[in-house]
Amino acid sequence: MIETVNLVKNFGSLGVLDGISETIHKGEVISIIGPSGSGKSTFLRCLNLLEVPTSGQVIFDGVSLTDKGVDINLHRQKMGMVFQHFNVFPHLTVKENITLAPVLLKKLSPAQADKRADELLQRIGLQDKANEHPRRLSGGQKQRLAIVRALAMSPEVMLFDEPTSALDPEMVGEVLQVIKDLVGQGMTCVIVTHEMGFAREVSSRVFFMDEGRIHEQGSPADLFDRPKSPRTKAFLSKVLY
Amino acid sequence: MFTNFWPNLAKVWGRYWGLFLEGAGLTLLLSFITVLFGTVLGSLLALARRSRLKVISVPASGYVEVIRGTPLLLQLYLITFLLPEVLPMLNLSKFASVTVALVLNSAAYVCEIVRAGIQAVDPGQAEAARTLGLNARQTMTRIVLPQAVKNILPALGNEFVTVIKETSLASTFFVGDLMTVYKTAQGATFTVIEPFLIVGVIYFVLTFSLSKLINAFERRLKASD
Repeated sequence: MIETVNLVKNFGSLGVLDGISETIHKGEVISIIGPSGSGKSTFLRCLNLLEVPTSGQVIFDGVSLTDKGVDINLHRQKMGMVFQHFNVFPHLTVKENITLAPVLLKKLSPAQADKRADELLQRIGLQDKANEHPRRLSGGQKQRLAIVRALAMSPEVMLFDEPTSALDPEMVGEVLQVIKDLVGQGMTCVIVTHEMGFAREVSSRVFFMDEGRIHEQGSPADLFDRPKSPRTKAFLSKVLY
Repeated sequence: MFTNFWPNLAKVWGRYWGLFLEGAGLTLLLSFITVLFGTVLGSLLALARRSRLKVISVPASGYVEVIRGTPLLLQLYLITFLLPEVLPMLNLSKFASVTVALVLNSAAYVCEIVRAGIQAVDPGQAEAARTLGLNARQTMTRIVLPQAVKNILPALGNEFVTVIKETSLASTFFVGDLMTVYKTAQGATFTVIEPFLIVGVIYFVLTFSLSKLINAFERRLKASD
């Protein structure tokens, strides 16, 4: 579904991604773990061209996104993204946050979008907040709103960039539960996370990134219980205690 | 010199109060027109400065730097003398030329206000909009600008206050603003301090009440955040 070919990203003279070639298949749930500065978020942000790769290709549904003449906006509609800092729209109501994009981009009629928003809000238990502004929501509620905002576009894949890192500890669970439900429904997900227990539980494959490369990858059982590389071992020994 | 202060004050006010108020009105009008057109032009300049095309952004930046780096009085002189020479067919009145100069000046400052207002919006907002599939224009009009307006409006109000004071330079060309009335009254009554004080008080009343209005407005904007 998503394939990267020799993906390189430099910020000035700083090399962040050092030639990543990888394929993510439909229905897979990929967790990306690794130390800060290893390029996890940059890799994720390259998948929908939020960061434009310095060189290499991102191929999504058979289309090379970096090619000239490709309408990236059209492809982004099929790739939902959730951010560490939620980025819900503060000037819109909770419901408008959800309906804005599908209506504006003519994916749904206003009536359809309204109905879909009701369903999605029901799903995350925020139906009674529909007409409030997001400032009234807790961090966990904001992040759940951000997730269903992306789902309203009926994406084929969801990209999560450290979705629980900015949350108070007691709100992490409710957000992870929403992601778990999504995974249960067969959504293809790519998740950059520091929640090792969660990564082990939901992932079909785990990437360990270090110094701009996927240093090691495998099933959660292989990677967490039988890591091969010393660097993976060293990282895991620091985060699993 | 000050023995006749109160009688003189009463005399100047009694004889010219109508003119003073008319001048104040003209100052307000001139300021309003300046800020209005300055805002339109300044917003366009701000968008131009943000353009990825160098042929658009570089001249816009150059314009803003030159205007902000030279005295308004000099710009007023240049434009009011040059404009009728360069574009004689327009047959601009002095008032119109002065207005054009003030607008061209204010636009540079408004440009920076708008630019700062846009930059103050969390970049994550635009990123979230773009990942939903909105294009750059939709992101700007639906997500960034509605939030930037909250930063921009109070600053525009302050620009209005500044422009009210700056229009006094227009009196160099006797366009009938408040400062021009001072010159008239001073010349006719041979008093200096008294009309000065009257004009000063009127300027202060205008700017102070406007500032208070802006503050109240700003508080309401904040409350709705």
